[in-house]
Amino acid sequence: MSKNTGTKTMQKGKVGAFLRRGSVPLMFIVICAFCIPMAGLSPSYLINEIVTRMGRNAFLILSLLIPIMAGMGLNFGMTLGAMAGEIGLILVSDWQIVGIPGMVLAMIISVPISILLGLFCGKILNMAKGREMITSYIISYFINGVYQLVVLYLMGSIIPIKHTSIKLPRGYGIRNTVSLLDMRQKLDNLIPLTIGGVKIPVMTFIIIGLLCLVIIWFRRTKLGQDMRAVGQDMDVARDAGINVERTRILSIIISTVLAGIGMVIYLQNMGNIATYSSHSQIGMFCIAALLVGGASVDKASIGNVFLGVILFHLMFIVAPRAGAAITGDSMIGEYFRVFVSYAVITVALVMYETNKRKAKSMESEQLKQAQLEEESK
Amino acid sequence: MNKENTPLLEMRNIKKDFFGNQVLSDINLTLGEGEVIGLVGENGAGKSTLMRILFGADMIRETGGYGGDVILNGEVQNFNSPFDAIEAGIGMVHQEFSLIPGFSTTENILLNREPKKKNLISEIFGDRMNTLNRGEMEKKAAEAIELMGVNIDPKMVISDMPVGHKQFTEIARELSKEQLKLLILDEPTAVLTEKEAESLLAAIRGMAERGIAIIFITHRLQEILSVCDRVVVMRDGYIVNETPAKESSVEQITKWMVGRDVKNAAASSKIRNYDNAPTILSIEKLWVDMPGETVRNVSLEVKEGEILGIGGLAGQGKLGIPNGIMGLYQAGGKVTFEGREIPLNSPRSCLDASFAFVSEDRRGVGLLLDESLEWNIAFPAMQIQNKFLKNYLGGLIKWRDEKAIKEVTDQYIEELAIKCTSSKQKAKELSGGNQQKVCLAKAFALSPRLLFVSEPTRGIDVGAKALVLEALKKFNRENGVTIVIVSSELEELRQSCDRIAIVSGGKIAGVLPASSSVEDLGMLMLSQVV
Amino acid sequence: MNDKENTKKEKGWFGKLVASFGLPRLIITLFLILLLVLAPFVGADLPTQISNIIARFSWNGVLVLAMVPMVHSGCGLNFGLPLGIISGLLGATLSIEFGFTGPLSFVMAILIATPFALVLGTVYGWLLNKIKGGEMMIATYVGFSSVSLMCMMWLILPYKSPNMVWGLSGKGLRTTISLEGYYNEVLANILRIRIGNLDIPVGTLLFFAVLALAIWAFLHTKTGTAMTAVGSNPTFARAAGINVNKMRLLSVVMSTWLAAVGILVYEQGFGFVQLYMAPFYMALPAVSAILIGGATVNKATIMNVIIGTILFQGIVTMTPTVMNNMIHMDMSEVIRIIVSNGMILYALTRKTEVAK
Repeated sequence: MSKNTGTKTMQKGKVGAFLRRGSVPLMFIVICAFCIPMAGLSPSYLINEIVTRMGRNAFLILSLLIPIMAGMGLNFGMTLGAMAGEIGLILVSDWQIVGIPGMVLAMIISVPISILLGLFCGKILNMAKGREMITSYIISYFINGVYQLVVLYLMGSIIPIKHTSIKLPRGYGIRNTVSLLDMRQKLDNLIPLTIGGVKIPVMTFIIIGLLCLVIIWFRRTKLGQDMRAVGQDMDVARDAGINVERTRILSIIISTVLAGIGMVIYLQNMGNIATYSSHSQIGMFCIAALLVGGASVDKASIGNVFLGVILFHLMFIVAPRAGAAITGDSMIGEYFRVFVSYAVITVALVMYETNKRKAKSMESEQLKQAQLEEESK
Repeated sequence: MNKENTPLLEMRNIKKDFFGNQVLSDINLTLGEGEVIGLVGENGAGKSTLMRILFGADMIRETGGYGGDVILNGEVQNFNSPFDAIEAGIGMVHQEFSLIPGFSTTENILLNREPKKKNLISEIFGDRMNTLNRGEMEKKAAEAIELMGVNIDPKMVISDMPVGHKQFTEIARELSKEQLKLLILDEPTAVLTEKEAESLLAAIRGMAERGIAIIFITHRLQEILSVCDRVVVMRDGYIVNETPAKESSVEQITKWMVGRDVKNAAASSKIRNYDNAPTILSIEKLWVDMPGETVRNVSLEVKEGEILGIGGLAGQGKLGIPNGIMGLYQAGGKVTFEGREIPLNSPRSCLDASFAFVSEDRRGVGLLLDESLEWNIAFPAMQIQNKFLKNYLGGLIKWRDEKAIKEVTDQYIEELAIKCTSSKQKAKELSGGNQQKVCLAKAFALSPRLLFVSEPTRGIDVGAKALVLEALKKFNRENGVTIVIVSSELEELRQSCDRIAIVSGGKIAGVLPASSSVEDLGMLMLSQVV
Repeated sequence: MNDKENTKKEKGWFGKLVASFGLPRLIITLFLILLLVLAPFVGADLPTQISNIIARFSWNGVLVLAMVPMVHSGCGLNFGLPLGIISGLLGATLSIEFGFTGPLSFVMAILIATPFALVLGTVYGWLLNKIKGGEMMIATYVGFSSVSLMCMMWLILPYKSPNMVWGLSGKGLRTTISLEGYYNEVLANILRIRIGNLDIPVGTLLFFAVLALAIWAFLHTKTGTAMTAVGSNPTFARAAGINVNKMRLLSVVMSTWLAAVGILVYEQGFGFVQLYMAPFYMALPAVSAILIGGATVNKATIMNVIIGTILFQGIVTMTPTVMNNMIHMDMSEVIRIIVSNGMILYALTRKTEVAK
């Protein structure tokens, strides 16, 4: 008897979970469906834009998957990797190494910096278990301060920077924008391909595809298995002899390193670095895109990444135009998309926390049922 | 069963104390290959501590180690961690599940011992980049399940499983360890249905035939008799008896477990009869969802002016009764106090009906650890009864009356001999016994009509114990307050109470006068154990 | 446990000082004293500097004070401060829109802001009660979402006052609105003391003192005691018959209202209303100020507010001048970011019982 009701509630739970998971993407499909005709953009323009943005952002968003697997939630600290990537690019452009070699070198420079930052972040997060997200969020601000110290004061004064084109006129510090003209879309255009007027960044897609394969492979490794175990129950994992702290730190390091490489790919597409702001928004947009794709704080898949990129950026492209068409003010749309990004994250966080509590109240419901059944016998 | 000369395990003269409090004295235990022994004893008899020593638990070392030798296969062992014990061939299935909820049976059985395949990347980055060998994992898990002799689905995810299967998964995990020679099962049948328990017992026999020795801890004595070769009975840190299971009976084992032959007559000297007194509190069909202390369908009457004891083994639900009535855990049923029904799940309405509760969880529920004794003692009375407040502007502003608070705190500090530097000292700085006295003072300050006290002497020293019990008795006698004491210690209940209700399996197994013999109470305790 | 206590005692006076004061706070205090000592040598005028610190203290004090109720009830640091600030901004803009001027516009701004703060605070508190344990992260994002929502609202809402809307299009509020003729320095000018270069806005300080005293008094009442107990041990409070959710809700509403008043006080000192993205980063300085003052994630006093605001604002105002004069490098912004966020990190990683 009790087993029967148990499976019934379980089924109900599954349908509910599916709806909850699907609700955010569905909402976005509705928003986009509403905005696209208003915006009056041509389909080929939209497809072009989406393909470009997919190549630009997917790698960065993929870097978020591993900490989620390890139960550390949304890694707001991915900004750290982004900063490491920017430092790599700034140095490379000062050394005037251009094109693909420049990109590769920038990635190579970013890796040790990412590892160090990831280690720092991981250690701190281990000291703040249970509030990883707010802590990683504050870490991103803290390291942003350190980044500014390095880039604005130490570069040019202590770290040698030769070229005045990227140096501030006062003699030290980096300018607000660093041009990457010699590197611009070099990766995207390495294998040129245009299908029906849509330019496809083939090489970038190949790299993203490779990363997906690596992530799938990684899930099957011992370390991947350990991360899943740690993510679900730290105490059980520890009792089984898994080094919980080390595993958590590793997941953050991997994420940071990937974010660093992803940032280089992102910026080669953009063609310039906004030295003091490129990284600050990137974490928020990546996280929002992932959540729009149907991921939650404790569960995310590669599919979520791609669905998220498409839906989120579709909204991003059409919202300002649609807003302008409705109100006659283009700023409305700008603010709308910022609002939606934050709102999506807020909703995802609230759902995550409330679901945690729901599981608890289920148990007493079952006990009550059991007693009623016993009495009716 | 085992006829060889060196036994598999020998525990010699094991002694253990926690800060001078002797919990194990002179334990000698031998166990042969393929032998099954049943280890029984009341809570606090020392079973868990003994098993922790055998399993190399950190907590034993942190509290100063143990005396005596653990000898495995003729070699003295000195385990530095449970991992050493596992290495040496000891496996243990704990009462709490140690499983990853989102993993399958197979993944859990081989948790952190997965067979792996090498690859190019793992050559560079180390072993953790090896991929898991799923095929091999499934094979190994299937072997372990086979060895156990109970069929469970190796692909099912833990969170979708019935509890019984979780238990079997844990056992299979131990069996999958090739070096396993000795398996400790700590109350494995507690969560099982009757049918599952039967298959587990069959599995135990099967494992024993394959040469694995088993230590089986349970409160279900019938199971011990049906499956074990020998029964070892512990009481107060001693092994009081050891006998072949065939030559024993449930009655006899119970007697050994609870019997204190000499002191048997030392029950409370002045037992009062309240049969004709009016019922002050009646509990009907109460259920409480307190994790680990579930209450199912309890009905009970408390007479005005008495001290009622509620006893029972740990985990049987006795703690759930006061916690459920006081609204700390989700509860249902009907509670009537002096003819008025008290709404459940509302601490406030209980307190308004002049109940008070001293929780067993002093640090979690009973105290504001970071605040002063003054706050701790005065707080509920201030909030519920507007005591210790000064009213300004016609009661619009209720200002804390620090002077009155200090007075009442000082009064209780003196009355209950609370050792502290001043009434401003923080509660967390006091010793356990003194913290307990603060909890009592807090309840006394409410001037309740009915007082629930849960585990009043848990974790406090002997001197404080006597003082606490004496204070409760005095409060009952002088103020006519009805008291319900919930305790795991039968002796304590027999000495302070008028009647004792025994909880077993979440239900009231019976209510006896406190003068009843320990054996009678003990039989009730074990009667419906789940 | 006992051993640890003993070793702590043996560390001597310096150890004791560090233990009671907290190492980061000690370093920050010493740093500020160093800056004050250095100031005259690098050519900065000390009275002006001190006036600056006092002025900035008076602007920010109430915003920092807004942290106290929520910390007391165990809701953690109020990263959702922008929500209260928005209520304040609505009060400010509506007061101007309705044509109030001078000191009356300040009073009306507070009065108009109050119902907004109460409603928003109630909704916010209700939400935080649903997600106990995850308050800080969600508070942050509630703040962000509401700020970006209001960005749209500032454009859409039919404000008409020519002093506030964009001159060209005649609609949509400007990003900064001058308070000249409205409530610029209305508090500061009450009983203002000027001696040479020393300038003390007594009125603003008194206003802060009144609010601080009110909070202090509240914490001494029956309800205030209950609120503190909820923050100290929610289970204890529940067992003592306290409605934990109600107390938390009350604290959130109080915090939100204080934030609304706080931003108005800030504006009267600063002289401008800042709209759009301005409230975005207002939470972090207030959070770090109270932490620098010695508060933890679940304990805060009025003293923490005062000390913290002085230290934080002291460093913010002193570093640019001293640094600029010494090494001709203005690193103050960077130092502010590192110090304030470092302080929050320090507080987050302290071992405290995480409320479940």
